[in-house]
Amino acid sequence: MKKKYSIFSLAKNALSGHKEWPKMWRSPEPREFYDVIIIGGGGHGLGTAYYLAKEHGLKNIAVIEKGWLGGGNTGRNTTIIRSNYLWDDSAHLYEHSLKLWENLSSELNYNVMFSQRGVMNLAHNEHDIKEIKRRVSANNLNGIDSFWLSKEEIQKKVPIMNTDNLRYPVLGASYQPRGGVARHDAIAWGFAMRADEMGVDIIQNCEAHQIRTKNGTIEGVETSKGFLRANKIGVVASGHTGVLAESAGIRLPLQSKPLQALVSEPIKPIIDTVVMSSAVHAYVSQSDKGELVIGAGTDSYNSFTQRGGFNIIEDTIRAMVELYPVFGKMKMLRQWGGIVDICPDASPIISKCDIDGLFFNCGWGTGGFKATPGSANVFAHTIAKNEPHQINSAFNLDRFASGRLVDEHGAAAVAH
Amino acid sequence: MLIINCPYCGPRDQSEFSNGGEAHVKRPDGSKEIGDREWGEYVFIRANPKGLFYERWVHTHGCRKWFNCVRDTSTDKILVTYKLDEKKPNLNNFKSVVKTPSGEPEVGSGNFTVEK
Repeated sequence: MKKKYSIFSLAKNALSGHKEWPKMWRSPEPREFYDVIIIGGGGHGLGTAYYLAKEHGLKNIAVIEKGWLGGGNTGRNTTIIRSNYLWDDSAHLYEHSLKLWENLSSELNYNVMFSQRGVMNLAHNEHDIKEIKRRVSANNLNGIDSFWLSKEEIQKKVPIMNTDNLRYPVLGASYQPRGGVARHDAIAWGFAMRADEMGVDIIQNCEAHQIRTKNGTIEGVETSKGFLRANKIGVVASGHTGVLAESAGIRLPLQSKPLQALVSEPIKPIIDTVVMSSAVHAYVSQSDKGELVIGAGTDSYNSFTQRGGFNIIEDTIRAMVELYPVFGKMKMLRQWGGIVDICPDASPIISKCDIDGLFFNCGWGTGGFKATPGSANVFAHTIAKNEPHQINSAFNLDRFASGRLVDEHGAAAVAH
Repeated sequence: MLIINCPYCGPRDQSEFSNGGEAHVKRPDGSKEIGDREWGEYVFIRANPKGLFYERWVHTHGCRKWFNCVRDTSTDKILVTYKLDEKKPNLNNFKSVVKTPSGEPEVGSGNFTVEK
């Protein structure tokens, strides 16, 4: 039955002390065979299952997840959404995603709390100015809302920012008004619930151990709940995608590193937009609870520890305190790391591979959250049709042989 | 943060070092025709194991020498560091603590930082 959420259902459940809410999805035992198995129950994986069922009419789908839904990078990022990427290929992909975000709450009838409060990317030197202005122009040519803000305009939008009295003064910024933030859990839960209603089996606490192939065709996957046969497998396991690919004998151009974030104690509203700075590496927004959500960088070395080095957050906090002296006395509540899979060109891989029926959606590196619905949508197309959607055709594995890279190191924002 | 044992200077704080990625990567033999794919693999693909990993470090703010290292990427524990001209240690000498390919070690990850 389709679950409806409204002010009335909220009021009704408030009267019963919120104990009568129906379960959002079933927790079935896995069947022996599925048409499609998605490995990874984050936003991208659940979204892929949702679009496979909704747009491609597939019925027999499972999503397997080693922990709990959205417990990986979907629940660990800083939820920034924007589409101001430099190259046409990426601009189309991220803009496709942004357009889906804009309608997602009503499509899922589940509030993903997408708040289009604008995203600012700061320039701190001559080179930044040139590079960012070039990106603004490229965005405009692709029909993406993006413009240049002078220092005075920045000061008006974010009065707490120290623009002059710091080592790398703020000289201007790009601004995308349609960018913003969303609720990270909601996207996973919303997709999960609606996919489940269409018959997708969502299997948590089910770790994929090995992808099994035979004569270049997919057989299935060994999991902690036994061997599951499948016609097609989509791997959307972020940092662990490389490990699973290896088990099928595929080498991917990915390096896994911890990316950290931290939140402060909650305070009254003080910053009503998202401000990112790649040059000094500090980006911040304020959550609806009032916490400052601060994104730090990746470690320089490969690691799967979901923790990250202290020097990384030290650097970020140093930049934060210089940019916003008013935050200097604040306490940080929590810090955590997620394992991101970084591609040499800072662009994702949404592609089939040498093995029939095996598909990868990975390499999102430090900025996959914004792309969740778009990535899921085109990945579902790729799996269903056995060929890429026009939007993701550039993000194939062949580009590492042909050399046709989509170099987004500038727009990806986090230095790596 | 890591304490890295530079084979020339001894144990030093990680902030003195820079990471150089996978060690012992061999450039394809130039004496034969190399296809785009093989060349692409050499340029772009590096090992990315969860577990034992050969890697390079350089003591940037110290002796500025490069050296190699075996580290467990699931716990960040550094098992051995050795000079570039020393023989690559056999990974069988070390115990991998990851039980399943994508599983967590009992100690050392962000999820389990202390002895349970």
